[in-house]
Amino acid sequence: MSAPDADSAAALEVRDLAVHIGGLVALAGISFQVPVGAIVSLIGPNGAGKTTAFNVITGFMQPTRGQVVFRGRDLARLTPDRIAALGLVRTFQRTSLFAGCSVFDNVLTALHLRGRVGLLGALLRLPSLRREEAGLRAATREILDFVGLAGRADETAGNLAYGEQRLLGLAIALAAEPTLLLLDEPAAGLNPSETESFKQLVRRVRERGTTVLLVEHDMQMVMSISDEVLVLNQGSIIAAGPPAAVQRDAEVIRAYLGTGKRAAA
Amino acid sequence: MDQFLQHVLNGVVLGGTYALLGIGLTLIFGIMRVVNFTHGELYAFGAYLTYLFVALLHLDFFLSIALAALAGFLLGALIELVLLRPLGNADTDTVMLVMIGAWIAMQNAEQFVWGGVAKLVPSPFPQDPLIIGPVSVLPLRLFVLAATLVLLVAFYLLIDRTRLGTAMRATFQDRDTAALMGVDVRAVYTLTFALGSALAAIAGALLGPMFLVNPTMGNLVGLKAFAIVILGGLGNIAGATIGGFVLALVEEFGAGYLSSEYRDALGFLVIIAVLALRPQGFFALKGRIG
Amino acid sequence: MSGRIGGALLLVAMATLPLWMGDLYVLAILTSTGIFIIAAISLNLLLGFTGQLSLGHAAFFGIGAYTSALLSLGFDVDIGLADPVVVAPKPVWIAFLGAVVVSGLFGWLIGKLAFRVRGAYFVIVTISFAEVMRMVALNWVDLTEGPMALNNIPPLSLWWPGRGVITLATKAQAYWLVLTVGALCYLLVASVVRSRIGRALVALRENEPLARSVGVRVTHYLVVATVVSAAIAGAAGGLYAHCVRIVDPDVFLFIYTVTMVIMVVSGGKGTLAGPVVGGLIFGLLPQALRGTAPPEVQWIVYGIGIILIVFFLPRGIVPAFAGLARLRMPRALRPSAGVGS
Repeated sequence: MSAPDADSAAALEVRDLAVHIGGLVALAGISFQVPVGAIVSLIGPNGAGKTTAFNVITGFMQPTRGQVVFRGRDLARLTPDRIAALGLVRTFQRTSLFAGCSVFDNVLTALHLRGRVGLLGALLRLPSLRREEAGLRAATREILDFVGLAGRADETAGNLAYGEQRLLGLAIALAAEPTLLLLDEPAAGLNPSETESFKQLVRRVRERGTTVLLVEHDMQMVMSISDEVLVLNQGSIIAAGPPAAVQRDAEVIRAYLGTGKRAAA
Repeated sequence: MDQFLQHVLNGVVLGGTYALLGIGLTLIFGIMRVVNFTHGELYAFGAYLTYLFVALLHLDFFLSIALAALAGFLLGALIELVLLRPLGNADTDTVMLVMIGAWIAMQNAEQFVWGGVAKLVPSPFPQDPLIIGPVSVLPLRLFVLAATLVLLVAFYLLIDRTRLGTAMRATFQDRDTAALMGVDVRAVYTLTFALGSALAAIAGALLGPMFLVNPTMGNLVGLKAFAIVILGGLGNIAGATIGGFVLALVEEFGAGYLSSEYRDALGFLVIIAVLALRPQGFFALKGRIG
Repeated sequence: MSGRIGGALLLVAMATLPLWMGDLYVLAILTSTGIFIIAAISLNLLLGFTGQLSLGHAAFFGIGAYTSALLSLGFDVDIGLADPVVVAPKPVWIAFLGAVVVSGLFGWLIGKLAFRVRGAYFVIVTISFAEVMRMVALNWVDLTEGPMALNNIPPLSLWWPGRGVITLATKAQAYWLVLTVGALCYLLVASVVRSRIGRALVALRENEPLARSVGVRVTHYLVVATVVSAAIAGAAGGLYAHCVRIVDPDVFLFIYTVTMVIMVVSGGKGTLAGPVVGGLIFGLLPQALRGTAPPEVQWIVYGIGIILIVFFLPRGIVPAFAGLARLRMPRALRPSAGVGS
């Protein structure tokens, strides 16, 4: 997996982001920053607005108000595919895969942005196509090795065990070469050993230069890998800072009685 | 001005039956999300049965129409039970293909049984038009208008005041919640399909005597029904009612003032235009069923 | 690999057919079946691989047929300008290319529309589109001769280096041309499907939000799929015009679209071999059954047949048999180089 370019101003800046749905205030005007190369976690009780924030940041939803700035670029009104092409990639809360395709093909498909050959090249079967395909296949093997699914490459995605499916979801997102990776409850439904493996993976992703923003309920995971924790409650950020500080914050404890056991998947 | 009023009257008469057709389809399409290709065939079925009862069995005209409607109801129920229920939650493609298969089988069965020659359904009304001020109207058409208005009112009462109607509305809003609240969703589906089919059959029974009855009459009508549903918004009964009248008037005026040859094309152009400009239909804001 | 060898053998066998098949009638049947198979292959790209429920495919077929016919016959039409538009007759191969281009253009329009109008609504729009085309063909008599049909369309001709333009007047020659175009279209679609483009299309079919999240531009690829699909259908229409040599508005009938859909779905949508298998069955079956029962009864059987296939062989014949025989069939995204497992 290639490292991001030297100009890795992978900072995400969210300014006064608000989302009103019907009469409900899903996000009440939040602001925060994600520094380059950091692992930042967004936590909060159910319904606090975490997935809404993700949806808005990645272009699946339009905000009522506010700005999302990624690497110095305003993401207003950009479509999800454009945003992904800029380097901001997400995973989905409920496992999202190309269920009918093999594991290998899932990742190969997700390497879409890395390919250049267009319709004409495909129709004419140019040599550049063959070279590119070989490169993409090699990259697929590399990514599958990274997440540990190399042995399952030929399996149909829909037949994978739940934990393996979550790994595949991560592999798909990594294939899109993110400079900022948004993980939506990556540990949901994983048993403790799977969660531990996933934690290690997230650390290794960061080591390769990708900034990570994750939404998570598993407090143990959050506290052990995050550089910074943001606490969302009822659409507003009520605390922000290093894990230790947030854990002791009275308001957080009051709003959110997470004690280190993760919420049910 | 006379021409104008005449077109309005013709449009209203036709519109009533179009409204019944549209309501039948918007129920099925809206509640069950089924692209019902057999809707036009039920229309033809209603027309052919009326022909059978009136011309061949010499039953009373009004009784024949009622029987045709009942037969349409039963056929609809049969189709739902045999073809749709076993499919369960299959995806749209699959359901669509099954409906296409049923449509092909039904239409060719009709062709096989009745032959390709158009049939005329005799009506008990006098053939001379009544002159009412600036417009003239055949007594048959007045009957059709009256009948459709009565049926529309009856239908609204069904949806609004009866338990079945409430169950249907609940299923439309949120199937799973309705099921949790004790609505027998599978029964609602069967009754919805049967009711929608009965409405198509009645429309055919009423329009049969006005026009000729032939095996392909269902095709164009089926597509027009979709035009009406799209115009009025999916699952929107009031929208389908208005849409039926609007389409009929557009056809009447289009044929009268623009070109009679492209009359039938107008329905399709309406579909394409509405979907391109305002996909949710013109009346989506008016709310859902009822 | 065995799939490719089998396909190549089949192609060779088909190519030698006119050498030993004396019955010209059978040859003609195979030729027209071949034309429908090409149309089915094009529909499969849109319906099977991209998952777009387009039920107006006869429109592209018909547009191709009319365009090729009109360009090869020449026409003059009054469209309200000072002088009528006059187009002199063009050589058939130019008319044919014109058919491909014009159909592709309409495909572009529909592709743009598809993005705004999804699912069951798109089905309705595409059906309506074909019906509108039929009515235009029926009523714009000035251009299309309406129900009187375009007659005496010149036969297929080919430009061969060294010999100039040769007319393909015999049934055997027409057969070979259709077989060649068919094989070419099959290979074109196979190339698209096995490329990054094909993967993007399947991604749209399988899981659109996920596809978007990895950068697949939805409108762009929907348009690509419809343009290629429409262009190939237009080619089939062009072949039809010059083989049958009469084109009337019936070419837009919904029943032709339905025939193509049956071929694709029964054969196996989303597989490369599906439309070929389905096309052979449903192209040849009516001929085999001819005379044994009235046409209406045959259609009743087809209607019931579709229902049975949907219930019992939901993925179509090719996947069912491939599963049975454990063949490695050329499925869309199978990696040709095995990954160590």
